[in-house]
Amino acid sequence: MVRVQAADFDPGAELAALRLGKSQIGALASFVGLVRELNDGAGVSELTLEHYPGMTEKALEEIIAEARRRWTLIEVLLIHRVGRLLPTDQIVLVAVASAHRGEAFAACEFIMDYLKTRAPFWKREVTAAGARWVEARLADEQAAERWRD
Amino acid sequence: MVLKILYFASLRETLGQGSEQLDLPPGVTDVASLRCFLAARGDQWQALATVRNLRCAVNQEMVRFDSPIRAGDEVAFFPPVTGG
Repeated sequence: MVRVQAADFDPGAELAALRLGKSQIGALASFVGLVRELNDGAGVSELTLEHYPGMTEKALEEIIAEARRRWTLIEVLLIHRVGRLLPTDQIVLVAVASAHRGEAFAACEFIMDYLKTRAPFWKREVTAAGARWVEARLADEQAAERWRD
Repeated sequence: MVLKILYFASLRETLGQGSEQLDLPPGVTDVASLRCFLAARGDQWQALATVRNLRCAVNQEMVRFDSPIRAGDEVAFFPPVTGG
C-alpha cells in the first residue's frame, strides 16, 4: 500500500494495523526517515518536499512490485510526506512484513534505496544563507546500484 | 503534434513555469529533439541544454532521451530526485 500525504503518521499505529490478524507474519521490519537539522554543513530551519502527482504513486507502486518479485513478502506499507516540514519531522515510513526476518530486512532497505533514486520527490531546504534545492548524492546512486542483478 | 510538458523543482524555478502545452513541428520525434527544440527558444530555456544530469519521464515513467514521443504524451523534465 502506498500513501503520499501532507499529514504526519503514527508508526506504531501503522505497524499494528499492518499485522492485525495475520498470524503468518513472523517478521516486521520498518524504517522511518526524519528531517535532520544539519545538512551539508548548514543548519536547516525548514524543508519542503515537492513531487510529481500521479507519477509518484506509480513509481512507488512499481518499487514495491519489484521488491515482491525479489522476496516473499506478506505486507508492504510505504508512506511519504510532501509539503513543508520542520527538523525532527517524519518524512517517510517503510514497513515490510514477511514470515522470516531476512526478507523483511532486505526488502525494507531495497525499497528505501530505490525510492531515493527513482521516486519523483525533490527537497528544498531553508538555511541561514537562504533556500536551496538539495543535490542528489552519489552515495544514494551507489546504494541503489548494489541491488542490480 | 500537441504535447503537455511539465517541469519540476529547481528546473521549474529556473524556467519560471511548471507546465505548458505546445504544438510541435514534425522534426520533434523523441525526447532529445524535444529538449533541443525547447532550449532553442533562448533566454532561460537554454538551461534545458546546459543543466547537468537532467532526467525525463514520458507518461509518468522515467525514460532515456532516445525515447519516442507521440501526440498527447505527457513529458516531464526534472533534476535527479532527492526524496526519502
